[in-house]
Amino acid sequence: MNNTVISVHNLVKKFGSFVANDNLNFEVFAGEIFGFLGANGAGKTTAIRILSGLSKPTSGEVNVAGFDAYRQTELIKKNIGYMCQKFSLYEDLTVKENIILYGGIYGMNKSLIKKRLDELLAKLQFQDYENRMISDLPLGLRQKLAFSVAVLHEPKIVFLDEPTGGVDPITRRQFWEMIYETASRGITVFVTTHYMDEAEYCDRISIMSEGKIVALDTPERLKKQYNATSVEDVFIKIARPN
Amino acid sequence: MKRFLGFVKKEFLHIFRDYRTLFILFGIPAAQILIFGYAVSTDIKNAGVAFLDLSHDEVTQKLTDKIISSGFFKKTETLLNYNDIDKVFKKGKTKAVIIFEQDFGKNLVSEGKANLSVIADGSEPNTATLVTNYTTAIVNDFVTEFSSPALNKSIVISPEVKMLYNPNLKSHFMFVPGVITLILILICALMTSVTITREKEFGTMEVLLVSPLRPIQIILGKVMPYFILSFINVLLILALSWFVFGLPVKGSLALLLAECMLYILMSLTLGILISTVSENMQQAIFISLIGLMLPTVLLSGFIFPIENMPKVYDYVSSVLPPRYFIVIIKNIMIKGTGFMYIWKETFILIIMTLVFTGLSVRKFKIRLE
Amino acid sequence: MMALLNQVCQVKQYLPETKNDKMLKAIESSGITKTFGPTKALDNISFSVDESEIFGFIGPDGAGKTTLFRIITTLLLADEGNMKVLGMDCTSEYKELRKNIGYMPGRFSLYQDLSVEENLNFYATVFGTTIEENYDLISDIYSHIEPFKKRLAGKLSGGMKQKLALSCALIHKPRLLVLDEPTTGVDAVSRSEFWDMLGKLRQHKITIIVSTPYMDEAIRCDRVALIQNGRILSIDTPQKIREGFSRKLFTVKSAEKYKLIKSLRKYPEILTAYPFGDSIHVTFINDSLENSLSEYIVKEGIHDAVIQEVEAGIEDRFLELMEKGATV
Repeated sequence: MNNTVISVHNLVKKFGSFVANDNLNFEVFAGEIFGFLGANGAGKTTAIRILSGLSKPTSGEVNVAGFDAYRQTELIKKNIGYMCQKFSLYEDLTVKENIILYGGIYGMNKSLIKKRLDELLAKLQFQDYENRMISDLPLGLRQKLAFSVAVLHEPKIVFLDEPTGGVDPITRRQFWEMIYETASRGITVFVTTHYMDEAEYCDRISIMSEGKIVALDTPERLKKQYNATSVEDVFIKIARPN
Repeated sequence: MKRFLGFVKKEFLHIFRDYRTLFILFGIPAAQILIFGYAVSTDIKNAGVAFLDLSHDEVTQKLTDKIISSGFFKKTETLLNYNDIDKVFKKGKTKAVIIFEQDFGKNLVSEGKANLSVIADGSEPNTATLVTNYTTAIVNDFVTEFSSPALNKSIVISPEVKMLYNPNLKSHFMFVPGVITLILILICALMTSVTITREKEFGTMEVLLVSPLRPIQIILGKVMPYFILSFINVLLILALSWFVFGLPVKGSLALLLAECMLYILMSLTLGILISTVSENMQQAIFISLIGLMLPTVLLSGFIFPIENMPKVYDYVSSVLPPRYFIVIIKNIMIKGTGFMYIWKETFILIIMTLVFTGLSVRKFKIRLE
Repeated sequence: MMALLNQVCQVKQYLPETKNDKMLKAIESSGITKTFGPTKALDNISFSVDESEIFGFIGPDGAGKTTLFRIITTLLLADEGNMKVLGMDCTSEYKELRKNIGYMPGRFSLYQDLSVEENLNFYATVFGTTIEENYDLISDIYSHIEPFKKRLAGKLSGGMKQKLALSCALIHKPRLLVLDEPTTGVDAVSRSEFWDMLGKLRQHKITIIVSTPYMDEAIRCDRVALIQNGRILSIDTPQKIREGFSRKLFTVKSAEKYKLIKSLRKYPEILTAYPFGDSIHVTFINDSLENSLSEYIVKEGIHDAVIQEVEAGIEDRFLELMEKGATV
């Protein structure tokens, strides 16, 4: 049977009187690609911060990689990978330096880091770029590298926050193939995106609106349910039901 | 542990690759030592002294020469009567006036006693104290020399010391005007430099540029509100000085306010100029606050008199607006002078304001590059 | 009789062209090049935009869209080339030109600490007009946010900021509206509404140029330019660009997406295989569907694959052009 890596029951997060997450309920299974969609301000970022151990819920039960989100946030952080759009790698360090740094932070030993470094460089065909500064790399390459670094330590789950924003269409697809490959190794991928076609790449998606989850299913079934031809259509039909 | 070391290594890499950080780390301490070492000195050098010699005899001549050749003082003027005293202090170059009584030499020889007055400019209490101390020491030295065993008499010259303008040598007479000078330039320059770079950072400047607004309109539009509000600020500061420190305004209040507003205008335009060379708010804050603070505190004559510094620092100080405003504000508040004595400094501030405004308009980029 | 007919035909032939000659080009540019240090941001860009057109620049980050827009709005000078906007030269007549442009740069650029109403008032005043004067122009857009007019701009959602920024750009009834990535980072619903609003502006005879990284927004434009790495790959109507796709396109759908794409890549007759949402877009070396494909897929262990021929979309064409250009 499917192995649950994230379980969320009645999650509520309040900031003062503002309810950012209003009674969320969902589960994510091992090796799944789970898409987390919703408008800006719907509560996605708040939920992701809780799941990645960066903040604590107001109430409800949240378990990530087998750890409790209230008392075991440090353990959660050790067992997940995280990549956000605004920052992922240090721009004034080289490719190699970044990998070694993060390897150290994840607690990997030297030989393992070296091994993964070589594998990574080969996979991305980056061997010539080993000693280049991140700031010299084009955006697409940076994003691919950032993703690889986020899963360097083979975590159980990796959180990706709008990883393909502004990237060219070819690189975007290459990126998603990397995501597929990662998921096939058993790593769960939790991703948010504004590209609706990318939602289709996911095994299951959830749509958040005003703090609540208003849809949660496979893209196929959602399209059937809302009589839509694309996830974008589903999105629009949920937001403007007329 | 490995994690920790890896992180420390990264921090070293960041530092070495960022020239700005290196500059702050090594450049600024070096600069500070140089400045503190030379500019800050508690000795006096070339302090201006004027002489009112009512006796004109050999003794007074000898004593005058001794004082001048000591290296601590330089003679500014020879006064003719008591009325000149106030005037010479107001001119600003004289820190002390030495008055020899009539028949000084005769009295010394016949009665073994003569009177000498030292009147010092109390608006710079530190300098005043030093000047009177040094003078007293020189006089005592002279006494020792003069009392040769042959005369078989001990003579006494007791200098009578008076502090003008600040009889009790209250340090905040020096301190508060200086602080006003410092605060006004820092805050005003900071405000305008930040408000412009903020628009650059948030992107709203782009939209302003693609509009009928002309650079001069944008600049004056930024300056105007702060100018008006700073006027209230000035009133507040002066009121506080009066009520809390008892600092009077001996001269004309209207003149003082007018000069303050000129200084504020100059500072605001300086801030605009800073914004034209800053790419973001952080840089603007750094230049306005830190870049202006040190020179103003150390080199403007605020605490440490400019005369005591090597000539080089004097030249550096002459491009600093606070140097001139301190003279203005001390003159009006403590010495009670009129416009006549400060017209030069006022003129310089006006020129500076115009230069800053002109440069800002020219450097104001109408395009994004 | 025949001679008369001929003459009539000849005249009819000429009429549409004459109409085009008389129509003022909103933008005319040729050979625009701009370099920043070692990077060539724009490389020999030439294009023209007609009045009242909605013209889109489609391309990813770093393609040069923002640089180009800054040259159009006179905020940057090109290193080489000529650009005329609304009949005025960008370099020498920038003062007059700036009065006639409504500009919405990326990140919306609103005053976060002013309210909706105060922002709009400010821009109206700066351009020498009032909100009331051109209210009918923005009413469709502004009505969505008018209930929030006292709210600070910083507290608006992405979609509302977008609408406010658009209102501010339009309030002085510009002849040219320049929108730099107005839909980036905004949810799908707001994006769709935004394009509806742009469409309605056509009746006011405003020329609109828009840049976007979202390929699917291309069809909402009259004409588009596909731009990548500082070069234009293609300029035409969306329909013609799609028709420019040089091969036959097929989709292969299966629930096992990753397995499918790996298998397809191994299949020798396949030229390209790209994931596209819920299916894989495939072209063949021989440009015709290989009959052995279905068998091959079943042999690979995928039993629910559905293969269809489809018409190419803009993104397919973009990918094809990118490959031909082969610049990374």
